[in-house]
Amino acid sequence: MTTKPAQPYWNPYLAGVGLGLVLLTSFVVMGRGLGASGAFASVLTTGLHAVVPGHVANTAPFAEYLGNGTTSPLKDWLVFEILGVIVGGFIFGSLAHRISKTVEKGPNITTARRFGFAFLGGALMGVGAKFARGCTSGQALTGGALLNAGSWAFMIMVFVGAYAFAYLMRRQWQ
Amino acid sequence: MTAPFFKFGMFGDNIGLVIAFAIGIGFGFFLERAGFGSARKLAAQFYFKDLAVFKVMFTAIVTAMLGVYYLSVLGFMDLSLIYLTPTFLAPQLVGGLIFGVGFVVGGYCPGTACVAAATGRLDALVFALGVFAGIFAFGEIYPIVSTFNDSTSLGQLTIPTAAHLPYGLIVFAVVLMALGGFYGAEWMEKHMAARKAGA
Repeated sequence: MTTKPAQPYWNPYLAGVGLGLVLLTSFVVMGRGLGASGAFASVLTTGLHAVVPGHVANTAPFAEYLGNGTTSPLKDWLVFEILGVIVGGFIFGSLAHRISKTVEKGPNITTARRFGFAFLGGALMGVGAKFARGCTSGQALTGGALLNAGSWAFMIMVFVGAYAFAYLMRRQWQ
Repeated sequence: MTAPFFKFGMFGDNIGLVIAFAIGIGFGFFLERAGFGSARKLAAQFYFKDLAVFKVMFTAIVTAMLGVYYLSVLGFMDLSLIYLTPTFLAPQLVGGLIFGVGFVVGGYCPGTACVAAATGRLDALVFALGVFAGIFAFGEIYPIVSTFNDSTSLGQLTIPTAAHLPYGLIVFAVVLMALGGFYGAEWMEKHMAARKAGA
């Protein structure tokens, strides 16, 4: 979409300090940390509730996002936060000339197979985040900074799982 | 004590949603600038070629951890009012393992996929559909897994409480661990680059 070359990424330590300050701001202003998977659950619940309301009400992992039923599950802190992530990603990705309609993969795998793995990986993360009560944002970053015992247990296992399957997945990336 | 502002009633839920959107923009900005809108950059972490995931994550954790610690020691923020996700040890260990496998298979996590999709990465859109499918599947298998999901409930538990050690000591240990990890990550990247150049 743009002909200018993309700007280089930031130094990771600098980006990390910035990310940490955003997280700290959230703690100071709101008394809570960041999140992502919860917003996915709210959006999914809203969609399901429109199609099969009875089923949603009878399924605990969905019903918990309905609240008392007086407001939409979309009127939720994490949903607004994730909307900000999408808008911010788009604005600052544009400013860095990094918007491009492309597929992230290594040279040795077809786009169709990459899509298959992307879907499977997303599904595994959806299940994993439900068991863990959060994802990289809500558990690893937020809980990590709060020295939450369960968050550190989660974080260690994320690296164990990823490194254990990295060899099997090498053709997708290398 | 004046913070967390929201908990002291300085503004209501609706202003909170506006703040959520603003914080999200900041979150998206730093994820984008870190390069986390690229699955190849994220996945490189697991081949020891580019350890930005580790470096960014632990710098962020240390920054926020030190901020929380000092603001609470100085009496500005009441740490007990910050929401702490309860610990369910066994499901969180298993969930972490499944999540980690999903990371190297899918190449994103739920937050980074939003940045990647916003910058045109089609695989991130497919990944996001997968996340919805996974959360849906969890709901459908919930009757079978609910007992395990609710097992080993330890309540709100921090490492200092669990280990019966002072909070400040654990903060110090995490800083030392992170600095050691950064030193190791720099060494590993140089080592892998040299090996590639030699091969």
